[in-house]
Amino acid sequence: MGKSEIRNSKSVRETKDALMFLSVSNGKAFSPADIPDLDPAAFKAAVCEKAASGLHLSALFCRPGASGNRLIAVLADGRNGRLLVTACTVGKEFPSLTPECPQAQLFEREIFEIHGIRPEGHPWLKPVRFPGNSRHPRKEIGDGDFFSVTGDEIHEVAVGPVHAGVIEPGHFRFQCQGEIVHHLEISLGYQHRGIETAFRNVPPLRRIHFIETAAGDTTAGHATAYCGALEALSGCRVPARAQAIRGIALELERIACHIGDLGALAGDVGFLPTAAYCGRIRGNVLNLTADLCGNRFSRRLIRPGGVAFDLDGKTVAVLLSKLVKIREDAKSAIELLWRSPSVMARFEGTGKVYRKTALEIGLVGPAARACGIERDVRGDHPFGIYAYHQVPPSVAESGDVFARAMVRWLETTRSFTFVEEMLKALPVSDSQSESGPLHPEKMVVSLVEGWRGEICHVAATGSDGEISDYKIVDPSFHNWFGLACALRNEQISDFPLCNKSFNLSYCGFDL
Amino acid sequence: MFHDILLARRKQGYQTFTYPDGPPPELPARFAGRPVIDAAKCRECPGPCVSQCPTGALTLAGGKPRLDMGLCIFCGNCERGCPREAIRFGRDHRFAAARREDLIVTGDSETVPSARNETAAKLFSKSFSLRVVSASGCGACEADTNVLTTLAWDLSRFGIHYAASPRHADGLLVIGPVAANMAEAVRQTGDAVPSPKCVIAVGTCAISGGIYKGLPENGNGCAPIVPVDLYIPGCPPHPLTILDGFLRFLGRI
Repeated sequence: MGKSEIRNSKSVRETKDALMFLSVSNGKAFSPADIPDLDPAAFKAAVCEKAASGLHLSALFCRPGASGNRLIAVLADGRNGRLLVTACTVGKEFPSLTPECPQAQLFEREIFEIHGIRPEGHPWLKPVRFPGNSRHPRKEIGDGDFFSVTGDEIHEVAVGPVHAGVIEPGHFRFQCQGEIVHHLEISLGYQHRGIETAFRNVPPLRRIHFIETAAGDTTAGHATAYCGALEALSGCRVPARAQAIRGIALELERIACHIGDLGALAGDVGFLPTAAYCGRIRGNVLNLTADLCGNRFSRRLIRPGGVAFDLDGKTVAVLLSKLVKIREDAKSAIELLWRSPSVMARFEGTGKVYRKTALEIGLVGPAARACGIERDVRGDHPFGIYAYHQVPPSVAESGDVFARAMVRWLETTRSFTFVEEMLKALPVSDSQSESGPLHPEKMVVSLVEGWRGEICHVAATGSDGEISDYKIVDPSFHNWFGLACALRNEQISDFPLCNKSFNLSYCGFDL
Repeated sequence: MFHDILLARRKQGYQTFTYPDGPPPELPARFAGRPVIDAAKCRECPGPCVSQCPTGALTLAGGKPRLDMGLCIFCGNCERGCPREAIRFGRDHRFAAARREDLIVTGDSETVPSARNETAAKLFSKSFSLRVVSASGCGACEADTNVLTTLAWDLSRFGIHYAASPRHADGLLVIGPVAANMAEAVRQTGDAVPSPKCVIAVGTCAISGGIYKGLPENGNGCAPIVPVDLYIPGCPPHPLTILDGFLRFLGRI
């Protein structure tokens, strides 16, 4: 093939894509009327083809309207930094994407549960969250219709919703043969507070607080995504200094959670030195966040238009000196793990997720990067300060507990560097700008790399300039199925270890 | 390897707080503690602060402000919205209360509410096991409840433990607004704790539903299901506030 032919075939593909998808950027408003409206079969073919070529399905949801129910799919093309949006209008049913595109399975179950629109051909339309107004025939929480393995030596273990530790509720059903787990099913919904519905029905003043508590350990992540969406819809420009402070809060959140979890992983394999130190070090990182805004979980910091608290020179100096000490403590505590054969013997090879599986089910965040998938919103679809200040993605290949632990440690060190650099060179500007009224009939996709991975918020305004639809996809929504895959053929006693290596959010999933 | 562990041990040093014998750990400069109201400044003020409150915690009754900490999420909107600096969040971390009405701040008195429970002080002051139930909590109250078990706070030096089973517990600690889907689990866990028992609500959500109050999928905190003996408001409460609540509840300080 000559050069001109290559160019031609590329341009043919691009023309075809333009008919099928609206190509938008992260955090840039667009008009929903510009999204191509395909027929359901073409919609399915277009989404499945892109997913098969390695794109990630960031969101798939239904937007009810006067002219019918509109399914909207958002695919993230990380290599080109584009988001591909497409839509189709459906009646009571539509051809399920799941058989060809497993990434869609949970989204389609969600659409059926909320709207009663049936994805025909979905392999198993189980409930997702058991909301009060569920359209699913199974409405009673926990009525999960579990897969069961039968045979003389098979036994079933049911755990939850109330767990032994200080953690959120959820139900796990293991199908075991002796100690070996053949299958794990995860049934959630116990945390369902109805955030997305409430979003439309309560005074706007309360919205930011729903966002801050959507997943309470990811306050900076969700608040950044929400504010990014609102700022795009109102055409507000956020001062550079505010972007930098948001970045600092986001990376401190990442550092705190990764260090806490690395300590907990050490605890789960009985390696107490690291477990003991990391619990305290995590608290010290949370205290840095409290130095920013008075709250250890970034509450009341990130607001539409900027940040509610600026940093003065004295606070910056204090933060920097504390950060150096914390970084040293974390290094001394965590690097013990890699030098201890008893730890490595338990981490390596446990809870493996293959790269192919991870791509098929659409894993995000450290869980995906631990399978060799270089997927990180900060680099792929830069938002806020990350458009000016790059953070290299941290990747490992083996897909096991070790890989997830190592990726999280590598990320932690890079986040430390990022925060140090930000603090040393804070842009000089205001920390807050005026966020005006929202433009009517607009839509935006706002992606943020939270510490668990891709956070996706999609917001749309009606003709009155009020938010008419708000969709939240927490990274846990993509990743819980990854935990189930990691448990296959593992010992049931390794469940806590595998679980902690993901440490997914129940409330972020349940909303 | 063992050499490395010893070196790390030496480097990390002894880190457990001396509180309550020594001073409490340092609170951040921007810490939002117990609210302080100067009601005299509110005279003839239309109260722009009230419309800024996302949960309805702040009301004006006969021109006098009334802040319910059991509904307050300490967001600071009222403080920023007040033109006369009549309301601010102070630096006092002590606001856990044994009685729901003691969470109301009016500016008439500035005392620390009592958290002491005579039964708990008599039965559990030396050994106290709690079964923690997260009932649609967002994870923040969970984290700051759990952090007390780390070596910095070392909760077990007070004889306080989080039990893995309600059967082994002296009380229930509830977190979260108690969504409809968790109501039965909270009820059953509460029933499984042997009497005499007590219930502690940690975080504003568990006390009243907080920001989730009145939403159709939520109960308004745990009180409608299990009677509460100690209220620890906050979003989330600082670990020091939680620990202070435990210790004063048990009559330890």
